[in-house]
Amino acid sequence: MFRTSALTKIYETGSVRVVALDAVDLTLNGGDLTVLLGPSGSGKSTLLNILGGLDHATSGQVWFRDLELTGLGDRALTRYRRDNVGFVFQFYNLVPSLTARENVRLITDIAPDPMSAEEALSLVGLSARLDHFPAQLSGGEQQRVAIARAVAKRPAVLLCDEPTGALDSKTGVQVLEVLDQVNREMGTTTVVITHNAMIQRMAHRVMHFADGRLVGDARITDRLAPSEVAW
Amino acid sequence: MRMRALERKLLRDLGRLWAQALAIAAVLGCGVAVLIMALGVSDALDRSRAAYYERNAFADIFASVRRAPLTILPEIRALSGVRAAEARVSEFVVLDMPGRQRPATAQVVTLPEGRDTTLNRPTLTFGRLPNPDHPEEVVVGSSFGEAHGLRSGDTFAANIGGSRRELTVVGAALSPEFIYTIGPGSMMPDAASHGVIWMGQRAAEAAFNMTGAFDDLVLGLDMRTDERAVIEALDLILEPYGNYGVHGRAQQISHSFLDAEIEQLRVMAYVLPPVFLLITVFLVNMVIGRIVALERLEIGLLKATGYSDGAILAHYLLLAGLVAAVGIVLGSLGGTYLSRWMAGQFARFYEFPELIHSVSWTTHALAAIAGFAAATVGAVRAALSAARLPPAVAMAPAPPPHFNRGVIDRALDAVRMATPDLMIARSITRWPLRAATSLLGYALATSVLVASNFFPDSLDRIIDLAFDQSNRQDAILTFPSDVPDIAVEEIRKLPGVIQAEGNLSMAATLRHGHLEKDATLQGLSADADLARVVGENGVIAIPDRGLVLSDRLAETLEARTGDLIELDLPGHLADPVFVTVAAQVPQVLGLGAYMSPSAINAMLDRAPAVSAVNVTLAADEAAAFHAAVKTMPGLGGAILLADNRRSFEKTVAENIGAMTTIYILLGSAIAVGVAYNAARIQLSERARELASLRILGFGRGDVSWVLIGEAMILVVCAQPLGWWIGYQIAALMTRAFSSDLYVLPLVVQPATFAMASLVVILAAFGSVMLVRRRVDRLDLVAVMKSRE
Repeated sequence: MFRTSALTKIYETGSVRVVALDAVDLTLNGGDLTVLLGPSGSGKSTLLNILGGLDHATSGQVWFRDLELTGLGDRALTRYRRDNVGFVFQFYNLVPSLTARENVRLITDIAPDPMSAEEALSLVGLSARLDHFPAQLSGGEQQRVAIARAVAKRPAVLLCDEPTGALDSKTGVQVLEVLDQVNREMGTTTVVITHNAMIQRMAHRVMHFADGRLVGDARITDRLAPSEVAW
Repeated sequence: MRMRALERKLLRDLGRLWAQALAIAAVLGCGVAVLIMALGVSDALDRSRAAYYERNAFADIFASVRRAPLTILPEIRALSGVRAAEARVSEFVVLDMPGRQRPATAQVVTLPEGRDTTLNRPTLTFGRLPNPDHPEEVVVGSSFGEAHGLRSGDTFAANIGGSRRELTVVGAALSPEFIYTIGPGSMMPDAASHGVIWMGQRAAEAAFNMTGAFDDLVLGLDMRTDERAVIEALDLILEPYGNYGVHGRAQQISHSFLDAEIEQLRVMAYVLPPVFLLITVFLVNMVIGRIVALERLEIGLLKATGYSDGAILAHYLLLAGLVAAVGIVLGSLGGTYLSRWMAGQFARFYEFPELIHSVSWTTHALAAIAGFAAATVGAVRAALSAARLPPAVAMAPAPPPHFNRGVIDRALDAVRMATPDLMIARSITRWPLRAATSLLGYALATSVLVASNFFPDSLDRIIDLAFDQSNRQDAILTFPSDVPDIAVEEIRKLPGVIQAEGNLSMAATLRHGHLEKDATLQGLSADADLARVVGENGVIAIPDRGLVLSDRLAETLEARTGDLIELDLPGHLADPVFVTVAAQVPQVLGLGAYMSPSAINAMLDRAPAVSAVNVTLAADEAAAFHAAVKTMPGLGGAILLADNRRSFEKTVAENIGAMTTIYILLGSAIAVGVAYNAARIQLSERARELASLRILGFGRGDVSWVLIGEAMILVVCAQPLGWWIGYQIAALMTRAFSSDLYVLPLVVQPATFAMASLVVILAAFGSVMLVRRRVDRLDLVAVMKSRE
């Protein structure tokens, strides 16, 4: 699904030069739920942003299927995001002036082959809260709306940056269940960044990052169900 | 001295906000500039006039009489409170200027011999006064001299008392009596076609057959003399000699035009600047409110570390104060420049030996106080809320905005809007007060443009009513006093004349109850074709009996159709007569009172007489007509209406062009101020939302629409309200600007509304497009990483 070659990202602000990604080569398989682990500044978020078409690499290449993302301009990246990528963020990033249903419609309005907003919200168990505004929903519910919004377009990949970071254990597990369900039922390639090492137990594959390099890559054979993950 | 940290923050904040601060300062600056310009110029005119009157001993009382003997002067000088009296001969004459085909006219005024005149002293701009031993010597009015390129020794011909006389220019002068020189029947000064000529007393007495007599009298009064008492006493003294009327400065032509101008400028100073100050209040309120919301955590921190409520309050008020200071400085500079420019424009119509146009410090102070007050009022709510915020609450993030599904939402569901449109609609319905404030701001911007640009429409109507409909003659030939109506036949015989109609007019005093007004009574026959009275529903035939009053005159007298008016015709009738008001008509120029000529002549118990003849001319014979008029005996004046119209239109076009540019800038400043600040605040509040949309795959255009759309919807919706407010301001201004000299009709053409809206919408669009560039530069990654 994804392939990178000597992918490098350097942030330069004035005289400070930070190497966020240092010649990373990796391949992500279609249908996998991959967990990226590593301390802050290890480069996992930078990788996710480049895979998602939010950021440009300094050097090296990234391919999504046969499409070389590193060669795309702004307009083409917008198109790529619109058609292929679903994002889930730590802080949900819902539009406060739109209801749950309308937040999902943001996507279904522009995606080529979306499911209905109602279907997406029922997938995350929020059929009863369609017309609630974000301020009327709990944190877990807001994150599930964000996931519904991300999956409503039936994306090829789902990129999640600390999806449970702002949630307590119980609601976090609910969110993980939804991610696992989407991965299983829709076959969506899913990449999850987390600080929480427990979550790796539910993944197909775990990658460890440190100092901008990929330092560990393991397949998990004895996966746990999300309900068995606890922290 | 080291700057304290909070002061440093203040300056940094101002630096960071420079574009928004400048947009607000520009709006405030416009208000300050208009205030300084209008008050500055009105002060300049007022002070220049006062100094000029003082130095040149401008008279207090003016009288016109048919012919009075000089022997009554001692009696007049002995009246209580009279400081000085000058008896003069004053007549209108037709001139034949070298190189000019058309006749010109002049008012001849005499100067005493062997001494300086004690009142209305002319100031020579070159040359000398006439030598009493040389009756052909004259001093001409400065602007008339300039218009004809006259120098000492030049000669021109005048038709004086029926005979052609060569006059020699020995100098040119200005006089406080003729600061504004307007020919009879004219709407604007036209230096080339009408001027003033000063002659020696003896020469004029001989020329006008006034030896030992006078027909014009000016008096200077002691301070604190009751003007009315002197007028009444003088009325009685002049009564036996054909008293045409005695009046104070208020009815002196030059003085009253200048008064009207000064009044108009003051009205402008009180009407327009408050609009700008009000918008400044809105904008400051909006921007400081947002800054306080953004700086919540910092406010908490400052308070936690021991800054007092007062210090926080002062901090934000000071920020608004700094913005105001920028606006006040810009406005003061702009206003001073504009007031100089405008004073220069006025100098073309109002002739002063020197125009004192320094803007007084009180005007600057007033503008500064108004500016700071507006900024303080705007900032105080947000600053107080910051000061009152408990530190523990401040340091926690603000709760998310609360939305509820209401009636409007169900309505929105029904139309199934695209989601970005829904976001715009929700933003408007969620913060209706803010949307309403922006809308009002745009409406006021439009209203300023409507209210200031309706003048050309109004003047077009005046031209149409005055020239195309009411006065359709090509020329008016006037006589020094009424002549038998056989004169009409003589004039009909002049070359080039197609139509000739008699016209009767005389000074009159009208009374209704305790109210009294001086006006001109005109005799117009029902079948008159050239000079007509035109009302709203077309031409009004003057009835055989009764009096027709212009609306303004009727209002002044509180008279209605059917009321009895006491009519005094000084110089014509010894005792007043009573006449019924037969009709009222709207009139744009002057205080009109009309009767049929036969009724007037019957009232005066005399054979039919006219005081002027209206003519239309064959275009190809105009030259022959002009030549004949220059030599025709017994004419007092020749008014060429085409000249009048041309000079009026030229002057209006020049002034309007410049003023329109200024007002477009003012209106745009408001629109830019509102749109730019509203869009910046929107962007600041919604950066995260907009970045989310970008990440979700919306293009830049879609995302920008969320930002631009709200502003554009509000600016478009604001237009009808702006038109309405503008129309009301225009109505207020027409009432304030109208005087006994003219009534400004309230006319606003569709094109004026359209123009106002176009300017405001374009200015708003340009401003939000500036902000849109920031949407393109949104840092998607950074926005997503941060918690709101």
